[in-house]
Amino acid sequence: MRKGIQSLLLGVSAAVALSGSAIATDLDITCRCVVGGVNSGTAEWIQKKVIPAFTEKMKAQGKDVTVKLTQFGGEDEQLTQQLALDFSTGAGPDISAFDGFLIPSFVQGGLLKPLEEIAGPDVASWDGWSHIADGTKALMSYQGKPYGIALGTDARMIFVRRDLFQKAGLDADSWQPKSWGELLDAARKIKAADPDSFPLQLNAGVSMGEATTMQGYWMALLGTGEQVTDENGKYIVASQGILDTLRLYKTIYVDDKLGDQRAQLLSDGRNRTFANFRDGKTAMLVEGDWFYRSVTAPGAEFAVADREKVMTWKKMPAAQPGKGLRGQDFVTISGGTGFVINPHTDAPKESWELLSFMNSQEQLTAFQEIQPAIRIRDDVAIPNSPFLTETAKTLLPITTARPNDASYNKVSTEIQRMTESVVSGEMSPEDAMAQYKAAIVAIVGEENTVSRL
Amino acid sequence: MKKFSLLSTRAGAVFLAPAAALVGIFVIIPFFWVIFVSFTNQTLLGRTALEPDFVGLQNYVALFNPATFFTRGQFGFSLVLTIQFVLLSALVGQALLGLVLAWLSQAVSPSLKTFLQTTVIAAWILPEVVIGFAWFAFLDYDNGTLNMIMRSLGLPPGDWLLQQPFRVIVFFNTWRGAAFSMMLFNSAFQSIPPSYFQAADVAGASSWQKLRDIALPLIRGHIVTDLILITMWTFNVFTPFLLTNGGPSYRTEILSIYTYRIAFKDFEFGKGAAVGVVIMLINLVFALAYLRIARIKTAEAE
Repeated sequence: MRKGIQSLLLGVSAAVALSGSAIATDLDITCRCVVGGVNSGTAEWIQKKVIPAFTEKMKAQGKDVTVKLTQFGGEDEQLTQQLALDFSTGAGPDISAFDGFLIPSFVQGGLLKPLEEIAGPDVASWDGWSHIADGTKALMSYQGKPYGIALGTDARMIFVRRDLFQKAGLDADSWQPKSWGELLDAARKIKAADPDSFPLQLNAGVSMGEATTMQGYWMALLGTGEQVTDENGKYIVASQGILDTLRLYKTIYVDDKLGDQRAQLLSDGRNRTFANFRDGKTAMLVEGDWFYRSVTAPGAEFAVADREKVMTWKKMPAAQPGKGLRGQDFVTISGGTGFVINPHTDAPKESWELLSFMNSQEQLTAFQEIQPAIRIRDDVAIPNSPFLTETAKTLLPITTARPNDASYNKVSTEIQRMTESVVSGEMSPEDAMAQYKAAIVAIVGEENTVSRL
Repeated sequence: MKKFSLLSTRAGAVFLAPAAALVGIFVIIPFFWVIFVSFTNQTLLGRTALEPDFVGLQNYVALFNPATFFTRGQFGFSLVLTIQFVLLSALVGQALLGLVLAWLSQAVSPSLKTFLQTTVIAAWILPEVVIGFAWFAFLDYDNGTLNMIMRSLGLPPGDWLLQQPFRVIVFFNTWRGAAFSMMLFNSAFQSIPPSYFQAADVAGASSWQKLRDIALPLIRGHIVTDLILITMWTFNVFTPFLLTNGGPSYRTEILSIYTYRIAFKDFEFGKGAAVGVVIMLINLVFALAYLRIARIKTAEAE
């Protein structure tokens, strides 16, 4: 945005051409997306569909608007770090991709403002809201006020390679683990058939950031019937569920070496797990549907050759049948990402026009052609994708969400540290949990925690 | 030394004023600001971003809490790690290697000396990011140059960055910084009158005897200067971050990286500021020692 320069230029151009036509507006969008790289579909959509159509539409209204997409190729955490520092100093893009779970901590830090406060009554009168369910609206809201618009929701599952199962004499199609024991058994058989493989990958460690917490820790913890917080919103700092989860990690990475420990510890770990799956080293990878929609999609960096034949998916089992959250046999968790408006934008009206335009029926439908997904609007058809239809039908009824709490962000980092100390073999599950407890008490205060042991 | 002045005191003050104003804005005010913030629980995200509380010495007490002091990922652990890092990479590594290189280059032919010095200095002047990525590529497990060499020699490849992360950053910093010591000692050796060595040669002294009995005593001042400067630089160096991110599991989290994590990854400005103040105090000790020695040297020279 470069406020200083821009306002200087605005001043100069206003002085030179007072009688001139409307002044050009520059808008910046940032997302963790690169054409041909990470989230390629989103980058393509914004560049090829949204920007030309939006510029055209504004021109028809007599406004000269230029939109620039900044493709950010780093990690999620790095973008968050960048945005937090930018927003606190009045810099940053006008519109940015944003993970919904960060909204409470950003709002409490004064770094985000409700859409209505930024762009005025235009927000409330947007016709799109009537096509967005309250649940999806809530993904980018805090205390009832929307701070952005989510692109959609997701769910997590086990992605499976049929060819590796076959090598170990297992039939991936009839296989559906009903407990952690069955999951580990299959992994051990595959490891025995190919000692160089890493059959099972459950995310851990600091460098993966929220992918560790969501795709790894939560997916195991929910299977013990617990969540990160209890029914009163207090953080659980010591429990059998945490111990069981950490022991599962220990079995996978330290005792039985079923997973690629290095991938969890190195800074580019997540890409390594993708590469392992692509290269046929990993038979079971716990990931979000994004892994299918974007990561392994044909043409992407980690595209799986002959994907429809090779790849399938399974539900994540509870530790024991019926022992999962709410007594479920299988578990999953959903989140949501979307776009927010920078409260320091120079062009609040135009930013909102762009954000709402991106989420118009026409633009989201155009997005479906590039990358099919379950979109937020009920008037955007779900494309003919058996994968999406099936996972949505199976997983969304049993799903859950993260606490909508300003401390969650920090707690999540501690979860990543706790899993890393176990996976790296540095600490026993008991010690790691004790350290977690101390850290969480320091973050939220003893009165907001509960021990169940 | 005779005192003289080109300008009147007043004119001098006028010329200094802009610089003083800049130093005030960008050095003095932030300095006191950091000290102030270190007494609060200010963060960037969450409630304490907008309404930080004054917490007194709480941040400092937490840093020096004996129960967690030496735990991995805590202040004490990083402090101990940094001291080891300085001892091994700055004192043993850079200073000793620089001294040996400088001494050797006194004896070799001028062309070999130029080549040796160019190579060593290149390691010093290349941009940090370039160096970081080059080393990352060098040490990579799967496709790294080092492992390629190991394999071609029939040796087992090593997972350097995961299994020996601390040794890697020590080695890296030694390689990176030996040039400064080498240049300093080189010029120090050249300031010794050649006749001293010629006389020693006539007496049949070995190279080691010449170094021990002639060279080292004469460059004592340079050695102390070198040790203090490289200790200070190594204490504050951030480049190992490019190789290891401070990991795995904090095993290479020297103080500079620790401060960065607390302040700009966890966004705990209050606690980060407290760490910054402690580091400033340690640096102050180095700086005072350096100034004191510089003063003694000036006095000797006069």
